[in-house]
Amino acid sequence: MIEPDGPVWPGAAAAGDAHSGDAHSGDAQPGGAWLDEQAGRLVRPYVISNGRTVPTCELDLLSMVIATNEGDPDRLDLEHAQALDLCGAPTSVAEVAARLRLPLVIAKILLADLIDSGAATARPPEPAADLTDPALLEVVLNGLRRL
Amino acid sequence: MAYEGFEAGERAAGGVDSRALPLALKLLVAGGFGVGKTTFVGSVSEIEPLSTEAVITAASVGTDSLDGVAGKSTTTVALDFGRITIDPGIVLYLFGTPGQERFWFMWNELSDGALGAIVLADTRRLEACFDAVDFFERRGIVFLVALNEFDEAVRYDPEEVRVALELGPDVPIVACDARDRRSGIAALAALVEHLLAAVQIRSPS
Repeated sequence: MIEPDGPVWPGAAAAGDAHSGDAHSGDAQPGGAWLDEQAGRLVRPYVISNGRTVPTCELDLLSMVIATNEGDPDRLDLEHAQALDLCGAPTSVAEVAARLRLPLVIAKILLADLIDSGAATARPPEPAADLTDPALLEVVLNGLRRL
Repeated sequence: MAYEGFEAGERAAGGVDSRALPLALKLLVAGGFGVGKTTFVGSVSEIEPLSTEAVITAASVGTDSLDGVAGKSTTTVALDFGRITIDPGIVLYLFGTPGQERFWFMWNELSDGALGAIVLADTRRLEACFDAVDFFERRGIVFLVALNEFDEAVRYDPEEVRVALELGPDVPIVACDARDRRSGIAALAALVEHLLAAVQIRSPS
């Protein structure tokens, strides 16, 4: 079990309200329920990840993830189920983290679990070299001009 | 038209082809604290801006990597981001870099693979964007400078700004109102035009 960075929040359940409300709400408070200026980092995110701090497969901030509709969603715990719910349409790792108000690494761990189990699949971001493709840039430029 | 120029997606599973997932491109919006990065991201994004936070490990100044754990410190950076869907195959993500937290410069995951960057500048406090300009120059990340037109700010000649920021002749300087979606999108389009020009100079066809 990993030592949390900060003191253990005595009523860890109190942090659960991040889940009871609308995960899509526009509350963009950095860190949200997971940070407390006095107490430091709350312990709960690492409880969700079962103490793990390293995802089982490589995911980037912008890896795109989508649910495969494979497997039995009833067998998932709450946090994995919530993460999977957000992946009904292609979604980035960063978006899942933000909407669940979880630190990035915890979202990666949850999503990596889902990918390992076959419940989700991911597209890693392209290597930097591809970003100089003029055809790609032209598509982006035309897209922006249409907005 | 969806962009289909890439062969990607190793992890096809469960009948969903991961190649069907859109390509996510990353743009950075940098600049000093209070210069309007969050406003900019919010006005161009198609979703309510989201926020995420990551713990980064930064080697302390004056130590080298051989020092190991003792020479490292961790810090948490929070950043706002928004999304623009270009077509079914391409999604742009705009990340507003944390303004007060110098450690974001150490966050390779944020800057690696960035398509380009916008340095948002307030002409009343140009020095606030020195760090960002310096960072993108050193990392070779293509950027432009967008002068956020605050109501009370004196309008400077872009060339005066170029001199003040010691920008090369090729770095575009555009005017921008971070509160205005069209203006923000125009700045993004100017950045992509600049990227395209840079690519074409490097490899004339």
